Amino acid sequence: MQKNKKVEFNIVILGTGGQGQITLLEVLTEAAILEGYDVKTSELHGLSQRGGSVEVHIRFGKKIYSPLISQGKGDLVLALEIQEALKGFYFANQKTNFLVNDYFSAILGANFSREKTLKILRKLKKHLFLVEASKICQEKLGKDILAGIYLISLVSFKKLIPLKSKSILKAIKKIIPEKYLELNLKAFDLASESEAVK
Amino acid sequence: MPTVRFMEEILLNKPGKKIILLGNEAIVRGALESGVNFVSTYPGTPASEIGNIFFRIAKNAGVYFEFSTNEKVALEVAAGASFSGLKSLVAMKSFGLNVASDSLIPLCYTGVEGGMAILVADDPGCWSSAQSEQNSRPYSYLAHIPTLEPSDSQECKDFTKLAFQISERFKIPVMIRTTTRVAHQRMPVTLSKILNLKSQNQKPKFIKKPERFSTMPPRVFEMKKELLEKIEKIQVFSENSPINQISRGRTSAKLGVISSGISYLYVMEALKELNLNLPVLKLGFFYPLPEKKIQDFIKSFKKVLIIEELEPYLEKEVERLAKDVNPKLQIFGKNLIPEIGELKPETVTSAIAQFTDTKYLIPNTKYNIPIPKRLPRLCPGCPYWLVVEAVKKAINEKDVIFGGEIGCYMLFRNPPINLQDYLSCMGSSVGIAHGIKKATNQKIITFVGDSSFFHAGIPALINTVFNKSNPLIIILDNRTTAMTGHQPHPGAPATPDGIKIEDIIQSLGIKNFKVIDPINQEEFTNTVKEFLEKDEVSVIIARRPCIFVAEKYAKK
Repeated sequence: MQKNKKVEFNIVILGTGGQGQITLLEVLTEAAILEGYDVKTSELHGLSQRGGSVEVHIRFGKKIYSPLISQGKGDLVLALEIQEALKGFYFANQKTNFLVNDYFSAILGANFSREKTLKILRKLKKHLFLVEASKICQEKLGKDILAGIYLISLVSFKKLIPLKSKSILKAIKKIIPEKYLELNLKAFDLASESEAVK
Repeated sequence: MPTVRFMEEILLNKPGKKIILLGNEAIVRGALESGVNFVSTYPGTPASEIGNIFFRIAKNAGVYFEFSTNEKVALEVAAGASFSGLKSLVAMKSFGLNVASDSLIPLCYTGVEGGMAILVADDPGCWSSAQSEQNSRPYSYLAHIPTLEPSDSQECKDFTKLAFQISERFKIPVMIRTTTRVAHQRMPVTLSKILNLKSQNQKPKFIKKPERFSTMPPRVFEMKKELLEKIEKIQVFSENSPINQISRGRTSAKLGVISSGISYLYVMEALKELNLNLPVLKLGFFYPLPEKKIQDFIKSFKKVLIIEELEPYLEKEVERLAKDVNPKLQIFGKNLIPEIGELKPETVTSAIAQFTDTKYLIPNTKYNIPIPKRLPRLCPGCPYWLVVEAVKKAINEKDVIFGGEIGCYMLFRNPPINLQDYLSCMGSSVGIAHGIKKATNQKIITFVGDSSFFHAGIPALINTVFNKSNPLIIILDNRTTAMTGHQPHPGAPATPDGIKIEDIIQSLGIKNFKVIDPINQEEFTNTVKEFLEKDEVSVIIARRPCIFVAEKYAKK
């Protein structure tokens, strides 16, 4: 349980208000605790949740002090929208992986198109993992909000994070309220069957 | 709002168990472990969760809880409970302390009977604050109130307990000052036993002691003397308190760092990153400072670095204290870190690298790309969109001045709405409108939220009637305190119906007055046109529930 304690792992989750970042943060925190890590997280409430950008940080390792990730120190950027993924560059270094939901939500007054955004993201080359999570969850489960749980399940199957899938599963069962649990477990299963895993 | 699972967890009486807590949740737990009896608040981010949780658990926890009309009232009701021997907690955001300060200062003179902790959450970086980037620390000097600054959730819990202990021992309210990154930080926290004072058969009673609780001259001067004597004693306590802790480094005997709160965590992160082992003094007390401990720490140094967010209060204290023990000490702080905005860990790392002449390269900044800004805006379906639409149809925007306040409607400033020419604190838009009306003959519409109206709008409205001017005041009644997470207020309490705003308006004899559901666009537009021409004050209550509470009202 405590074998990976040398690791320090920093995750930034990016998206817009209402995409469930705080739930994802809770699941990942719980999973990291299950594996015996020290954890610190940071989130924002209130004004920033009103349709603005929402950025949350999760850090785990042997001993964690700061709840915020330093510039260039991110290990994984998980973005729920492609333009929001661009904010991940601030935290990225040469090895940082980006798992990005291929979902575009227009920004008022900005002339960023989906194509323009993707062109920048593709500079990440092999460190970019673009997944149509919202689309898949809408088609297969009828709810695009499940994209987040689908993606954090996927990172564990793809080993983009030093946490076991079964820890993520346990954490989902603990964190998600009972009436939504079944659907969320389906999102987890869907991620395990994903083509992207193979 | 907290989940059922969470509410069970926060009341878990299993000492030694670790659970993951948000800073604010840890404050709640610390109060429960102290045996708190009485909790009051006015919601404000980043302190809102404290009230939200007590709202849900109060009954099970055996605690009295209320959302008060504003922070000043919240402080006063808690003071009354403490005068009667109960342990009380008051929670508010930074600006709340401004409102409460009128009562805070005499309260430190009178002191309290039951322990009293006051939680104040500042918001460096203004993540959820509009009117200013406030550093509440000078209130500690102004009011002579002992002040603790936790760094993380575990300390939020521990320092809350310590605050109650100090308060009970010295009979004085104690402030706990957090910031956004402390209040909204999660980590595993070790639980202790929940104290339930109810089971101890305690009977609260206000015992008449006018010399204790009545601040009339000449007694007031004696009280001030007693207060200053208390602070001297608490300073001795602070000198010996383990929450002001020194970690002796190995790297240098000539350099040291002083820090507190969230900044301390960035210091520790930086030292790890730079592989340095400097002596660090972490201050858990902001007021009164352990002056001897600080002097002992700095007396043999060549250079000291003070890492603190916003204005350099600690730095100035260290400058003062160095004069006696080490006048040649070079003091670094705001020359290496900014005074505006919240600190980031990399900023602190850079500052320590400069201070110690160590190399620090940020790993990668190769993609320098412009990032489109996604501003917060009203939710889709928000009833305020209807108000904006009706108002825009009624007038030419260039001909009318628009007043704003704090609440979801402060987003009127952002595109595509752009209806806001001034914005200040809650309740202020009406007073400012009256002043503009007295100064000019320009037309003016001011927006006030329902919760803000109860909070601080009523005195300003009465003033407008009494001193006679004619702004158009639109009270945006969405039946909740929306921005901070849909808390109840006097007009929309947990159990309907509450106090009717229209009864208050009518009692003032305001003739130009209508309650309109903004879905009735034509009526709303016509009323705005009509009222803008009036010679006396006019009021429209735009009543339509926030989409997040609409369901609750539909069920009624």
